[in-house]
Amino acid sequence: MGSIRRLLPYLRRYRRAYAIGLLSVVVTATLALLAPRVLQYAVDDLGRSITHHKLTFYAALLVGLSLVGGVARFLMRRVVIGASRHIEAEVRDDFFAHLTRLPLAYFRTRRTGDLMARAMGDLESVRLMIGISVIDAANTAVVFVVALALMLSIDAGLTVVALAPLPAVSLAVRWFGKAIHARFQLVQAQLSEVASLTQEGLSSVRLVRAYGQEDAQVERFTEATRRYFARNRSLIRLQAAFYATMTFSLGAGALLVLWLGSARVVRGELTLGEFVALTAYQAMLGVPMVAIGSLTNTIQRGIASWKRMLEVFDEPEAEALPGAGRERRARVPLHWKADAPRGGLVVEIRNLTFSYGPGLPPVLRDVSFRAAPGQTVALVGATGSGKSTLLHLLPRLLEPPPGTVFVDGVDVRGLPLEILRRQIGFVPQEPFLFAETLAGNIAFAPAAGEDEGRGSGEREAPPSVELLSGGFDLRGTGTFHLGPLGTDAVRRAAAIARLEPVVETLPRGYETPLEERGLNLSGGQRQRTALARALVLDPPLLVLDDALSAVDTKTEAEILEGLRAGAAVRTTLVAASRLSSVRDASLILFLDEGRIVERGTHEELVALGGQYAGLYRRQLLRESLEVG
Amino acid sequence: MPNALGPGRGERSDWQLLWRLLSYLRPYPWQAAGGLAAVTANAVLQLAPPYLTKVIVDEHVAAGRLEGLGDIALLYLITLTAAALLEAAQTSILQLTAQRVMFDFRVQVYRHLHRLDIAFFDRNPVGRLMTRVTSDVDVLNDLFTSGVHAIFFDLFTLAGIVFILVSLDWRLALAAFAVVPLMGLITRWFRRNIRESFRDVRAWVARLNASLQENIGGIATVQLFRREAINQRRFRALDAGHRDANLRGMFYYAVFYPAIEIVATISTAAILWYGGVLVMAEDLTLGGLVAFLLYSQRFFRPVADISEKLNGVQAAIAAAERIFGLLDTQAEIRQVGARATGVERGRAGTSIVFEHVSFAYDGSGDVLKDVSFEVRPGERVGIVGATGSGKSTVINLLLRFYDVGRGRILVDGRDIRGMPLPELRSRFALVQQDVQLFSGTIASNLTMGSGAISPESVERAVAAVGAGRFVSALPGGTGAAVAERGATFSTGQKQLLSFARALAFNREVLLLDEATSSVEGETELAILVALRAVMAGRTTIAIAHRLATVQDMDRILVLHKGELREAGTHDELLAHDGIYAKLWALQCHSTANPNPIPGGRPGS
Ligand SMILES: Nc1ncnc2c1ncn2[C@@H]1O[C@H](COP(=O)(O)OP(=O)(O)O)[C@@H](O)[C@H]1O
Ligand SMILES: Nc1ncnc2c1ncn2[C@@H]1O[C@H](COP(=O)(O)OP(=O)(O)O)[C@@H](O)[C@H]1O
Ligand SMILES: [Mg+2]
Ligand SMILES: [Mg+2]
Repeated sequence: MGSIRRLLPYLRRYRRAYAIGLLSVVVTATLALLAPRVLQYAVDDLGRSITHHKLTFYAALLVGLSLVGGVARFLMRRVVIGASRHIEAEVRDDFFAHLTRLPLAYFRTRRTGDLMARAMGDLESVRLMIGISVIDAANTAVVFVVALALMLSIDAGLTVVALAPLPAVSLAVRWFGKAIHARFQLVQAQLSEVASLTQEGLSSVRLVRAYGQEDAQVERFTEATRRYFARNRSLIRLQAAFYATMTFSLGAGALLVLWLGSARVVRGELTLGEFVALTAYQAMLGVPMVAIGSLTNTIQRGIASWKRMLEVFDEPEAEALPGAGRERRARVPLHWKADAPRGGLVVEIRNLTFSYGPGLPPVLRDVSFRAAPGQTVALVGATGSGKSTLLHLLPRLLEPPPGTVFVDGVDVRGLPLEILRRQIGFVPQEPFLFAETLAGNIAFAPAAGEDEGRGSGEREAPPSVELLSGGFDLRGTGTFHLGPLGTDAVRRAAAIARLEPVVETLPRGYETPLEERGLNLSGGQRQRTALARALVLDPPLLVLDDALSAVDTKTEAEILEGLRAGAAVRTTLVAASRLSSVRDASLILFLDEGRIVERGTHEELVALGGQYAGLYRRQLLRESLEVG
Repeated sequence: MPNALGPGRGERSDWQLLWRLLSYLRPYPWQAAGGLAAVTANAVLQLAPPYLTKVIVDEHVAAGRLEGLGDIALLYLITLTAAALLEAAQTSILQLTAQRVMFDFRVQVYRHLHRLDIAFFDRNPVGRLMTRVTSDVDVLNDLFTSGVHAIFFDLFTLAGIVFILVSLDWRLALAAFAVVPLMGLITRWFRRNIRESFRDVRAWVARLNASLQENIGGIATVQLFRREAINQRRFRALDAGHRDANLRGMFYYAVFYPAIEIVATISTAAILWYGGVLVMAEDLTLGGLVAFLLYSQRFFRPVADISEKLNGVQAAIAAAERIFGLLDTQAEIRQVGARATGVERGRAGTSIVFEHVSFAYDGSGDVLKDVSFEVRPGERVGIVGATGSGKSTVINLLLRFYDVGRGRILVDGRDIRGMPLPELRSRFALVQQDVQLFSGTIASNLTMGSGAISPESVERAVAAVGAGRFVSALPGGTGAAVAERGATFSTGQKQLLSFARALAFNREVLLLDEATSSVEGETELAILVALRAVMAGRTTIAIAHRLATVQDMDRILVLHKGELREAGTHDELLAHDGIYAKLWALQCHSTANPNPIPGGRPGS
């Protein structure tokens, strides 16, 4: 079981808890066997001679045993299930941490709801496997061994008979186990589908309303849920057949013992008392054996779910992509140190050809250019010509081919991601804001050295058993306050991004909590917040991917004016769908289907009389014609 | 907060909630009865093996008689087979019924969500709402598979055994039941605490989900700004909260179950002691005591069983509180019937009137202030203004995502609050700045599942907006796969698709909210030309900050800080020399004296 082995490191940290839990199971099971004995002696004594004293003793003994048993029972649940809760949290933390380190490309093909289902629902099945079913398994084993030993001491032959159904049982466990595993995987996959549809449907609720397509959404959801039901049905039927098989095989064993045993008694090979005891133990054996059914079920579900989680865990993290950062772990340029004065970066693209996947046509073809500190390089071109793709390669949101993208002379693939990304202030075309305060969204990036990076794999030591049985600490009510980049920097960035008039209208200013995705801001306000988020870093390289498309002209002009001061030192890369906003760039690259077809300054390109000039003339014409 | 979602604590009693939960079994009377019958029959059949064993021992083994043993063995085999079949029946009936009920719940909750106010979604993150549809419903499974029937059956058994105990010896019965108040106390303690912790757990699950959803959706931003470590730490805090809430629940449960067992043993000890005293005083036979002891054991088995089930029931009630809390949240904006008297829809297109409309989103100042304007049928109106001046809000109100604060909005002469929502919205096609695409195909994204749109009109719409070139380059054309949120398209391409969607729906009024902000001028022009042809004679409201986009509209409205400050044609507004004229000058200024992007030239 290769997949289970991957769970062992988590379990190993809690081996003490599991040991205590298993010990408690043994105590509980033993005491459960002892208590009836006490009652039996008491009754026997009552038949003969008894004193008040003795009677009180028996009564006290009963209560005492049950107290000990109670403590053991408490520990058993508390410790083992407690450990499973801790492991659950650790696995989920790791899962989340892994998700944050996966390359962006991974998320383009995955559905949010699916990943969420794996982190929540599937993990729950795994937890059941390493929690309650460990207790059940131990209990089954203990009772099985004890009952077997007792039976053997009476009649070895009949014990073998009693075990006759075991091969059938193990076959059933194997076969049904496999089938349950397979079907449960289907069930969980469909649950992912349901979760994804829910996620998508609720995220686009405004659009769905506007077009009055609620019923179609509900219909789609109902259809998926119905399929989920159907897959569950097939799983349940299988389970039913499995449980029935188990009941039957185990009963058959009891019947054999009864039948053959009674014959032996009649033949005088077994006393009546022994026979009665034997059947009693056989009955004892039956209870845990039936538990094997549900145990198999839980375990197979757990493994199936664990494999679904492993599928995600096995995705290579961005830093560990083949070739990435490996072939030449570059020296990080000295002046990148956080305390050094920050100039601009030299960005160089050399013969870059890029496609989104092996079978797909290239989106960028043989692109080369250079941007020096103090320069602004603008990318223009039709929708889908590859502007965003090119910009995404710089911070390695997309992985460029080796030897194509350089900053300060270093191939970006050789640079650790957090160091590379610290140099870049990126304003995406579609800004994403978080449900935090406005200030928290602006001071989003950690300051240098503070809690930076992609998260360490280390964890605190496993909690002691005492903590396991307490568990009342209320960690997790974390207060999310302003990030480390002080308020001054936030205000400065907000000023350049012309956010201040917005802040004035917000009820609590910078401390106003934004709603999910910042939906209580207008589109232009969101873009300006995203701009401030990049500016607050005062980055050597500023990347604006059509970042002001929803900002009105007046505000845009003001913002550009504000940016000018910083632009003298930093390097700026801009993609724009409006020519009006790039005319002053040091270098304009005109992209057509991923190829740079024209390059030069605005005047040079206009003089060239090519595509750019045509576009410019038409636009000018359109704007000025109607003025007159 | 009228619309906020919380578990309406203490409003409903457990019994009411439980009863309401059980009412979901009403569509399945046969399954419910069948399940109960199977549980009962199974329990009765459990008695057969001991009885048959007793017969074998008493009548055959003890008597040394082997003939007839075969018959009994056969009988045993038959009951065994029956037990196995019943086991199968019980499992499948109970679990399938539970799945049916959960199916009903899911669909009902999801449908209900699609009826709630948009303002509700402003306040409740999607990730949180997802738990109502997914894991909150899952929690109900236990109640319907093992809980209800078993408890019903256990209560039944309990009543029988109480009767037997009392009739055997009422004094001993009193001794046995002396612990019942103690049990009641323990149960109450347990119930109160476990409920609280289950509520906590559900709330933490919702928080975890919301965090997952937000972080996955914003993963690019998280990575770009190196927030992995911080967000991991925050997630760990949530996860720890979830874990500790569960551990608290675990604690109560781990105490409760053994406590009930201990109390049961105390009762047994009491019977033994008191019975022993009675036997010594020869007030009771030893046989009587033994019989009583055996039966009293049976009394505690269902009690222990019920307490075991109580956990699942409490979890289900905690989840039910949340689900019913959601289902009981009513939309304030509802599909009211015909309150209005008014003109029927004219052929010439739709007219729109805003009359002294003021509006504020929850908790902030007025976003629109006394806005009045009219859009005549077939008129094309542009709205311009700074970001945040309230342009999108105009559209939100027109579509009745929110209700106006003061004033009213008339569509075709009728107050929209008196119009059924589908009738109102079926007039509009909306193109937003933020494009929403679903996983599926291009065609399914354009139709959004509406069967009324033919494949041809999909093709036509794609071609009309100029998306034909990139769509036909995709494998499968309009049948090509679309990833969640259209993640494999460029932003401009997504906007083209959302335009195509508006065309495919072929509605009377076109609402464009900065719909061309992410496409370059050429494409924008092409779209507008195409639209002009397609939408000829239809009403259009276009929001834009690029004045060129709206300058040839029939009329232009200028919004400033929520007030309608200017209205008129492009030329009129220029002549008026107000806000619009200033904006225009600014734009022309930037055209004439191009200096907008910072950065010195290499040579300069
Ligand atoms: N994840 C992806 N997988 C496949 N194709 C993609 C992906 N992202 C973008 N594309 C395609 O690459 C081309 C360039 O996109 P993009 O760089 O976003 O264009 P733009 O110049 O408008 O910014 C488009 O045709 C788009 O469909
Ligand atoms: N759902 C909302 N909740 C609270 N405030 C909102 C919401 N949507 C928009 N606002 C606020 O209302 C104002 C107007 O927004 P909007 O109409 O989107 O402006 P725009 O003119 O840019 O389209 C803005 O200040 C914005 O912050
Ligand atoms: Mg782009
Ligand atoms: Mg807007």
